[in-house]
Amino acid sequence: MNDLVAIVVKRLGFGLVTLLAVSIIIFGAVELLPGDLAQAVLGQGATEETVRELRAQLGLDRSPPERYLAWLGGVFQGDFGQSLASKKDVASLIGPRFSNTLFLALYAAAIAVPLAMFLGIAAALYRNSWFDRATNVGTLTAISSPEFFVGYILILFLAIKNPWFPALSNVTPDMAFTERLNRLFLPAMTMVLVVTAHMMRMTRAAIINLLASPYIEMARLKGVPQYKVIVKHALPNAWAPIINVVALNLAYLITGVVLVEVVFVYPGIGQLLVDSVTKRDFPVVQACCLIFAATYILLNLAADVGAIVSNPRLRHRK
Amino acid sequence: MTTFSLSLLAALLVISVLAYLYRRNSMFVPSAVILAITAIVTLYSGESGAIVVARLIGIVIGSSVAAYFFRALLIVLLRGEAKKALQTAPLTAAFGMLVILLYSIAALFAPQIAPYGESEIVGSSYALADDKMILGGDQLGRDMFSRLIYGARNTVGLSIATTCLAFLMGTSLGLFAAIRGGWVDQLLGRMVDTVMAIPSLIFALLLLSIFGTSTLSLILVIAFIYTPLIFRLTRSVAGNIVVMDYIEAARLRGESTWYLMRKEILPNALAPLIAEFGLRFCFVFLLVAGLSFLGLGIQPPTADWGSMVRENATLISYGEYIPLIPAAAIALLTVSVNFVVDWMLYRSSGLKV
Amino acid sequence: MNDKKEVLLKIRDLRIEANTDVNRWDEIVHGVDITLHKGEVLGLIGESGAGKSTIGLAAMGFTRDGCRISGGTVEFDGMELSNMPKPQLRKLRGARIAYVAQSAAASFNPSHRIIDQHTESPLQHSLGTRLENEADAKELYRKLQLPNPDEIGFRYPHQVSGGQLQRAMTAMAMACRPDLIIFDEPTTALDVTTQIEVLAAIRNIVEQFDTAAIYITHDLAVVAQMADTIKVLLKGNEVEEADTQTMLDSPKDDYTKSLWSVREFKREQKPAPAASDTPVVSVKNIDASYDGQINILHDVSFDLHRGRTVAVVGESGSGKSTTARVITGLLPPSAGTIEFNGEPLPPRHTDRSKEQLRNVQMIYQMADTALNPKQTIGEIIGRPAEFYEGLSGSQLRRRVNELLDMIELEPDTYYRRLPSELSGGQKQRIGIARALAAKPEFIICDEVTSALDQLVAEGILRLLDRLQSELDLAYMFITHDLATVRSIADHVVVMQYGRVVEQGPKDEMFRPPHDPYTDLLLSSVPEMDPDWLTKLLESRGEDGLKAAGN
Repeated sequence: MNDLVAIVVKRLGFGLVTLLAVSIIIFGAVELLPGDLAQAVLGQGATEETVRELRAQLGLDRSPPERYLAWLGGVFQGDFGQSLASKKDVASLIGPRFSNTLFLALYAAAIAVPLAMFLGIAAALYRNSWFDRATNVGTLTAISSPEFFVGYILILFLAIKNPWFPALSNVTPDMAFTERLNRLFLPAMTMVLVVTAHMMRMTRAAIINLLASPYIEMARLKGVPQYKVIVKHALPNAWAPIINVVALNLAYLITGVVLVEVVFVYPGIGQLLVDSVTKRDFPVVQACCLIFAATYILLNLAADVGAIVSNPRLRHRK
Repeated sequence: MTTFSLSLLAALLVISVLAYLYRRNSMFVPSAVILAITAIVTLYSGESGAIVVARLIGIVIGSSVAAYFFRALLIVLLRGEAKKALQTAPLTAAFGMLVILLYSIAALFAPQIAPYGESEIVGSSYALADDKMILGGDQLGRDMFSRLIYGARNTVGLSIATTCLAFLMGTSLGLFAAIRGGWVDQLLGRMVDTVMAIPSLIFALLLLSIFGTSTLSLILVIAFIYTPLIFRLTRSVAGNIVVMDYIEAARLRGESTWYLMRKEILPNALAPLIAEFGLRFCFVFLLVAGLSFLGLGIQPPTADWGSMVRENATLISYGEYIPLIPAAAIALLTVSVNFVVDWMLYRSSGLKV
Repeated sequence: MNDKKEVLLKIRDLRIEANTDVNRWDEIVHGVDITLHKGEVLGLIGESGAGKSTIGLAAMGFTRDGCRISGGTVEFDGMELSNMPKPQLRKLRGARIAYVAQSAAASFNPSHRIIDQHTESPLQHSLGTRLENEADAKELYRKLQLPNPDEIGFRYPHQVSGGQLQRAMTAMAMACRPDLIIFDEPTTALDVTTQIEVLAAIRNIVEQFDTAAIYITHDLAVVAQMADTIKVLLKGNEVEEADTQTMLDSPKDDYTKSLWSVREFKREQKPAPAASDTPVVSVKNIDASYDGQINILHDVSFDLHRGRTVAVVGESGSGKSTTARVITGLLPPSAGTIEFNGEPLPPRHTDRSKEQLRNVQMIYQMADTALNPKQTIGEIIGRPAEFYEGLSGSQLRRRVNELLDMIELEPDTYYRRLPSELSGGQKQRIGIARALAAKPEFIICDEVTSALDQLVAEGILRLLDRLQSELDLAYMFITHDLATVRSIADHVVVMQYGRVVEQGPKDEMFRPPHDPYTDLLLSSVPEMDPDWLTKLLESRGEDGLKAAGN
């Protein structure tokens, strides 16, 4: 078992290093601004004096590594600095929006994951049937459609032509859970459609790959019935690919959320990011990017660790 | 219930029953499913729902027929391998090729096809469709149809340029890493892993907020973000090739890295890379469209499908389809490319999947 | 002699189709008949693509994905399998017909213990309790002479060696005491010394339980040990069938005769070079390792002389291919030197001069991976001449034609072809021509004949021999096949675990006394005599077999 722990610890350490590297990229990218941050924020017309003042305020007189360490130290304490546009604390801006985004992502995932697993396994088992072909065309179409296309179609048909669900997802903190679910139904469905398609195709491919293994053929030739072949022989070896598929798609969901939030005017972190990019409010952009990247890295990490732990060759050492 | 919806339901019912009687499972199940959906939609929203369903069926049948004839035409025109391959091509692939052809024509001959200029104001804002403007006007009164045609040139052109650039960088680095191996490979691999640890849309937003949204920075930023993905793919394809004995033979002959890349590896990696080009183009295209939709991509007054959706989005709340048309144009192209790529992958996988 | 026994399996006019393109089915088995009596062993023999495995699986009423039985009947014990409903088929599989696959490592599920996979079939078919079946499994493991029979089943597949796993799979096939077992190349992936124990174990247990078997292989000598009757297949067609002795003594069909006649080529050992003669290549006290820690090669030394062939013999893991990598400069040695005509070669191929590189050429085992599939024959053969000699245009073309003539291929026909348009033997000839194009003094031949059918392999050996006398080349022949060594070597080097166990002139090496490992290796190579295995086991006794296994 020690081998396994060592591999997992190594992978976690590697994830941490990646996260640090990414934080350097996110911080360093802003350093690439033509001129410097103060100049960029204030524009060409600003007087020398105001620029100098802002520079001092932002601490630009210190060297970049110093500022990076200060920024990173703040991040570890939940301090992302101050917004340039609203002068508010970045953490207080992000906090409620982050939980909104998380709620939407989990809502979509709760529907998409089981649905995609079911459809993917069914398509793999009955491959080349009419069901498989129809889902192939359907999922390809869903993958190919921009999120805003799917979103607006849902709005048009399920909110405007038939007023069944609200078109805009404005939520308040004190809203009841069921009301929240109702308000978020359309954005969640948009993400479900796109993510399910991706996830289903990957599940199908993973299962087909698995079913081609000689040990599956062996099980069939031993007279094991189909359901037992799946449950006993395929499934224990399917965890690694399935965990991988789920984690990758949850990561995808996290980024897909940006466009969906804009379409449905949902007060999440994605919309905050887009607004801040437009306003060139760099501290907020950096904070949002770091949060998205960290979630993404964590999910990929989870996928890798899951695959390691579920590998029988590593679980039962020689 | 109106006669229209009744006759639609009756037609579907007849098809289902006939398919069932003749034991055509591949016809029966889909037609029965469509019948059920039509029945539900008609019950809920009456005549209008039935019309929508009928239109959708019409579109599917129409495009299948078009694809069928296009495939027949290609088979007549082509010779050799391509002809043989097309004879077994599914209708979806033929449909994809037809759409790609039409888009290319629109992009190449935009000024000749479009009735008005790209940013020419023709009528009032949000003008309804009439003889003058077949799809109506946009928020400034420009002709929607003309802008769609020009959009093919701008959005698709920019995406192709970006994908090409990303491929140029990703493929050469990938081949180089595969041949060199050792620390060069390790270092490039680690760098790529780090860049790929940031989701592409987020990274694009960060970089665009810094470098601005000129066309050039758009191309460079997106190409930079997609290079690692192509590097990874090339590296893994080339990784399977560099272990071949013919590469060892060439190395032992004393051939240069450049020769190995160009003559020994690239010709063998081309097939998967072409399929990947199609897929990556779709991702790049969707990213460009998404950024434009967010107002951070191609800037006005250049006609672009993503920004056209954004500019006309308010019409949705009046139950208008218009803003969906540019969005559909995006989806149609990506679907088509995916259909063709799917078929190519299916062929090259030796029918295993 | 079998006429009195009851017929167990009767296959008539079996036809199988494969899905080769969208909606296109091509017949790959063209009407094969099989009659198998109870307790009888039938050997199915043929080259790759003969349809052996496909027919073997069809005998269980099974076809792989993308294949279908398109005609004929498969009658097992009076029941027709080709159209039998799946639930009924399932009751037969494992219980009355069992299967032993080529790769045990891939055919055991990595997630379950060996014994749980063993008992799965009897439990599924309601034959006894789990405990009874586990006890029986241990008994079978003991019969198959697996080490620690009481304990080994409780390991996971990856914790057991390949030869042991193959025996465990045979035990698993026996679990329900089936009437028929299909053995699909069960020893192909194993080394010769491991092969012996598996063959002995299989034969033993099949005899003991009077089980009928279909034994599929491409190795004549192996099938001669195992089968009562042999059927020869070629491209999905039956060539001929006879009982083993008759088939070996007097094959009727030309194709079968060609298979049998192969091992005739034998070249006399050339006189040893004079002591004063400088070797072309001299391998001096080489140590090598891949990771800088564990040594793969230990103090390897031997000389290669002009116009002579040195055969380096050993099983997988013996270090024979690593030695070749050291000589070519792909793996720099951690100690020792390689000398070329008395001058030391730089350890790394990247540090060697063009002239040094030109003089050491290599011919590979798998012609498929040794030729770039996207280059024409002209490009492949022409490149070394272009690269080393700077030939171009008509001069280059003339040189390529000359080389194609040397390897007995018609220049104008082959110049523009791609490797995929050639047969296996032709591809190997192109590999030889590419090596010759550099005009080397020394060629390494890495298992050049082991992927080829025997008749083709013979042609390649004859060609290499002719070229050697014409061009005065030095060859280093890496092989695990002693028949090849007998036919072409002058000097033999036997390797095991990265050391040279024994070396000397061929004639001496094939005469006892031997080093114990050389002896084991020599005696483990199957011979065409059907009694070879029996005699060998007798001479080795119980201990000999066990020694071979570990």
